[in-house]
Amino acid sequence: MGRIDCCGVTKRYRDKLAIAGLDLAVAHGEFIGVVGPSGCGKSTLLRLIAGLETLTEGSIRIGGRVVNELEPKDRDIAMVFQNYAIYPHFSVYDNMAYGLKNRGVNKAAIKREIARAVEILQLEPELLARKPRELSGGQRQRVAMGRAIVREPQVFLFDEPLSNLDAKLRVQMRLEIKRLHQLLGVTTIYVTHDQVEAMTLAQRLVVMNHGRVEQVGTPHAVYARPASRFVATFIGSPAMNLLPARWTGASLEAGGVLWPLHTLSPSAAPRELILGIRPEHLRIAEAGAGEFEMTVELVEDLGADKLVHGRLGEVAMVVRVAGGVVVQPGERLPIRRTDSAAVHLFDSRDGRRIELNA
Amino acid sequence: MVERTGWAPLRRHALLLLGVVLVAFPIYIALVASTHPAADIIAHFPLWFGTRLVSNYAHTITAGIGSAGAPPVGRMLLNSLAMALGISIGKIVISLLSAYAVVYFRFPLRRSCFWLIFITLILPVQVRILPTYQVVADLHMLDTYSGLIVPLIASATATFFLRQFLLTVPDELLEAALIDGAGPVRFFFDFVLPLSRTTIAALFVVEFIYGWNLYLWPLIVTTKQSMYTIVMGIQHLANVPDATPPWNWIMATTVLAILPPLGIVIAMQRFLVKGFIEPEK
Repeated sequence: MGRIDCCGVTKRYRDKLAIAGLDLAVAHGEFIGVVGPSGCGKSTLLRLIAGLETLTEGSIRIGGRVVNELEPKDRDIAMVFQNYAIYPHFSVYDNMAYGLKNRGVNKAAIKREIARAVEILQLEPELLARKPRELSGGQRQRVAMGRAIVREPQVFLFDEPLSNLDAKLRVQMRLEIKRLHQLLGVTTIYVTHDQVEAMTLAQRLVVMNHGRVEQVGTPHAVYARPASRFVATFIGSPAMNLLPARWTGASLEAGGVLWPLHTLSPSAAPRELILGIRPEHLRIAEAGAGEFEMTVELVEDLGADKLVHGRLGEVAMVVRVAGGVVVQPGERLPIRRTDSAAVHLFDSRDGRRIELNA
Repeated sequence: MVERTGWAPLRRHALLLLGVVLVAFPIYIALVASTHPAADIIAHFPLWFGTRLVSNYAHTITAGIGSAGAPPVGRMLLNSLAMALGISIGKIVISLLSAYAVVYFRFPLRRSCFWLIFITLILPVQVRILPTYQVVADLHMLDTYSGLIVPLIASATATFFLRQFLLTVPDELLEAALIDGAGPVRFFFDFVLPLSRTTIAALFVVEFIYGWNLYLWPLIVTTKQSMYTIVMGIQHLANVPDATPPWNWIMATTVLAILPPLGIVIAMQRFLVKGFIEPEK
């Protein structure tokens, strides 16, 4: 069925290593979100699976079959592109029918498949006769998805499919894609640079950086226990506060404050660390009860909450507070953690996570 | 557009009208001359149309001007049509195929091939006329349609132009087509050909007119009267020994020579502009 197994997948362009020995196993019917900054190799991974690029090393199996040498059309996949890649000179119907025609599917069956896709996507049937240029962005996106659906592939590949849409439509189409996956249960790999999209859609996230996988896990696991400093800052908005810290053997000193961390075993810890605390895990304390004081520099009002930007010594900090709280720039605020466990420690040399509760 | 008032629009119109008159006047003269008997033209050049329109044209098309050693104009028009069509269609076929190869296929020396084609831009027929003539003569293609057409259908301009167009076609289109199971031949006929339709039409107009107006090449390659093309034939008409050239018939011939390219331009006008400035994506 629709399993995907990537084994030591490596892609090297002339002088640049795009993907370095990536291993990934995707279960049948799973929805995988691949996130990372631009140039991290996430699109390359997708194109390798699609067969649009050739592997330098390693192997890719789809449904148990090694596809390294197979043409894209023989891999039993369907791909939705960022700019839709709808055939501009074909009608909507012909766009969806093209792949099936090339496979030699008979006309009646093609008609049936398209009718099914139209129903699934809730497309108006009268759109079928139109040319792509007469469609809106959202409709084009649906047609591109329809083209993927009619192929009844083992795997759907999405390459930043929503980034050309406006914000409102993006949220709407995000739900569509989720619904589609629930309905069809097809293995899906979804590449995006938008972490919200990835978090909301995926059952498991693959966070990539510089051609390597930084972490694979459920959206919650990636958020709650980031495996590296990179993941910590990439997932979550606003990004996690990071403070250079020193382990003195008995206590942790960061930003001129001593942080009591009872669970850190003295011998296991290196001396130079990075302490990470998410903005939503800090709050304003009553006078005198703060763990540290922060000088407010500016405030972003998001309605439901406010983001208070300030400084603890030399280090920039962000605190997420409730929308009703009144804060003025220049104020000195006492801050404390909402939960003493909500801190993350990373090795300052390689950025790997150091477990607190081990 | 800058909005102007006062005399400026009038001045501009006057200038444009002057331009139109300058271009159109010779054509008007040819039209007028082609409707008079020969003697009238020599005596006092008439400024208005005469009465011999039908007989002059009928004569030139069917009988020709035998004394000048030229075949009937009908035959020359046909030759020109064959040459212009052959050159324009041949150029488009060859250029489209080579542009397709250069843009979509990775083969050794691909860049060199492209630049080699590009460099031939600086070698028009006039420059390579002797070697080209030698080749055509050795292949026994003198006085044939293939001799008129084949040496001219390799076109760097058209190849370059089509390449530039194909480069604007998004890569995702090719990739989507690959996933949909289109091979190189199918991609060519299902995508490249229909997408470059307007560009091809625009090129056709330009190349047709180029082929039609060729003078030097047919002059060299053809010696038989039955192979003369119209543009070079006109020159023969005026070469009558010991007599006044039959200007009325010569003018009728020139007017006839203008008509086919004019027809093409009018028929393809829509594509001409669109194909060059905003090809379909």
